[in-house]
Amino acid sequence: MPAKRLLSFLLHALLFFFAALTLIPFVYMLCGALKSKFDFAATVFLPAGDGWFGIGWDRLTLENFTRLFTDLGLPRALHNSLLLASVSSILTVLCCAMGGYALAKHKFRGQNLVMGVVLAALIIPGPLLLAPSFQLLYKLDLLDTYTGLLLPGLAPAFGVFLFRQSMINSVPNELLEAARMDGAGEFRIFFELVLPIIRPMLGAFLMISFMGMWNNFIGPQIILQSPELHPLSVALNNLKGIYGTDYGLIMAGTLVSIAPVMCLFLLLQKEFISGLTSGAVKG
Amino acid sequence: MKATRLNLAPWLFLAPFLGIFCLFTVWPLLRSFILALQQTYGPGTTEWVGLHNFRYLLTDPLFWTAAANTGRFTLGSLFVQLPIALGLALLLNRPGLRGRGFFRLTFFAPSLVGLPFVAMLFAPILEKRTGLINATLHRLFPIWDPEFAWMQEYVMSSLILAALWMYAGFNMVYFLAALQNVSKDLIEAAEIDGANAWQRFRHVTLPEIAPIAGFVTLLSVIGSFQMFELSYILLNNTAGPENRGLTIMMYLYQSGFVVGDLGYASAIGWVLALTLMGIALFQRWAARRYEER
Repeated sequence: MPAKRLLSFLLHALLFFFAALTLIPFVYMLCGALKSKFDFAATVFLPAGDGWFGIGWDRLTLENFTRLFTDLGLPRALHNSLLLASVSSILTVLCCAMGGYALAKHKFRGQNLVMGVVLAALIIPGPLLLAPSFQLLYKLDLLDTYTGLLLPGLAPAFGVFLFRQSMINSVPNELLEAARMDGAGEFRIFFELVLPIIRPMLGAFLMISFMGMWNNFIGPQIILQSPELHPLSVALNNLKGIYGTDYGLIMAGTLVSIAPVMCLFLLLQKEFISGLTSGAVKG
Repeated sequence: MKATRLNLAPWLFLAPFLGIFCLFTVWPLLRSFILALQQTYGPGTTEWVGLHNFRYLLTDPLFWTAAANTGRFTLGSLFVQLPIALGLALLLNRPGLRGRGFFRLTFFAPSLVGLPFVAMLFAPILEKRTGLINATLHRLFPIWDPEFAWMQEYVMSSLILAALWMYAGFNMVYFLAALQNVSKDLIEAAEIDGANAWQRFRHVTLPEIAPIAGFVTLLSVIGSFQMFELSYILLNNTAGPENRGLTIMMYLYQSGFVVGDLGYASAIGWVLALTLMGIALFQRWAARRYEER
């Protein structure tokens, strides 16, 4: 049927058009990162020249990266971001998985109260807590420390809720009972039996928490004053303030900032998309 | 012996969560009631002002500018971004499509970038004359003015554009998951009954995906109401010319952490929170009514 063929062709063409629109900013960033300040202003993508495809390949330069990594202190910020995001994501996952396990697979007095509080906390918007948390950190003398930045984010109510929901049906009670009969301790059951079963959820939530801290801007902007503590988001924005029109430099910094998250996503891709949508479809 | 162990275990598992949660969520939440009735000069010195913060807020022109801008951004997200996300999901859901995995990954990729970095990426894209958008449009349509001032005159449109690039694919993933749950038999039955493509979408697909569509809409509204990084970073840490980029969240930040009045920031936080809670309740009410119909 030619009509159906045509429709299929149009469908693919339309999708390729949108895919191109989506990818162009990435290409633009990559090209920009490799251009000198002069070429950035003179050309949109790659500078013209007499190389292959009429592009001046010899004009491309790694100077933006060299400057970022030698004079402008980017390694420090990269290290800070990696440290903050890894520590916060691992501790958040542990904290929420343990809490969710208790609520899903244990019966105890006060359970309904705890569950009610968790559900109520789901609707508290973050900005409401910004000012009072800042005051609390000031009183605890935790401003300008990593403890002050990390600690408040380790116990998100939605994390506990997600883990409870995912464990309630996927972890069989008979298995837990059998392990208890065999004399396994509660913590051994949790780490060796329960965690492996909910691995997809762990991967998804690890990714979400990692990205949450990596892309956190307002937190470090408010809490951290010392430049040597700044993660990439704040450090790069400060660079943008100083070298505002040196877009090649900013693009190189942005590229360095998003590459690790992209890599982590490709590693955890399957878990992430299924974990992201599973709660929504069932709910 | 056994009974005590079983009763203690859940509390041990909950202890880290509950400890941090009480200290850094419950306590600040309670403090925010009091703080909203105070004026502070930095976090250390406070003065009791009663309901003055709220009274002042109602007549504060800057707050209303921020609210109007935030509303504009939210409407843009809803009426531009979500239809596009749904459209992409419908295209990707067609049977016999090749490269579905590639397209899904491509459309989803921008949402991995993170708001502060999207803002940094869009700064040169939205630049006058040399920026990607103006340069391309001027080359394609010479009438287009390369001096078109995206980040000066059309701040909110620019932000909606950046948010569209970032979140359309993210929302598409939700829509796609919902579409894949729509029963194929139902659609085939409608096709046999002679329903055309629009009627099938309107009367079979749409009611089936309505719960998730409602959920995605609510998430978008909540996210848009809290928008801060995009405009703050794109506008070089300012609210932009004539406060065109000022959002509620940015006004909260400026009041609390630039001016130093945590009390006023808490009052703004409460107005924002109550608005969002109202919207969430309305959404639940509307969803329930829709289901009962």
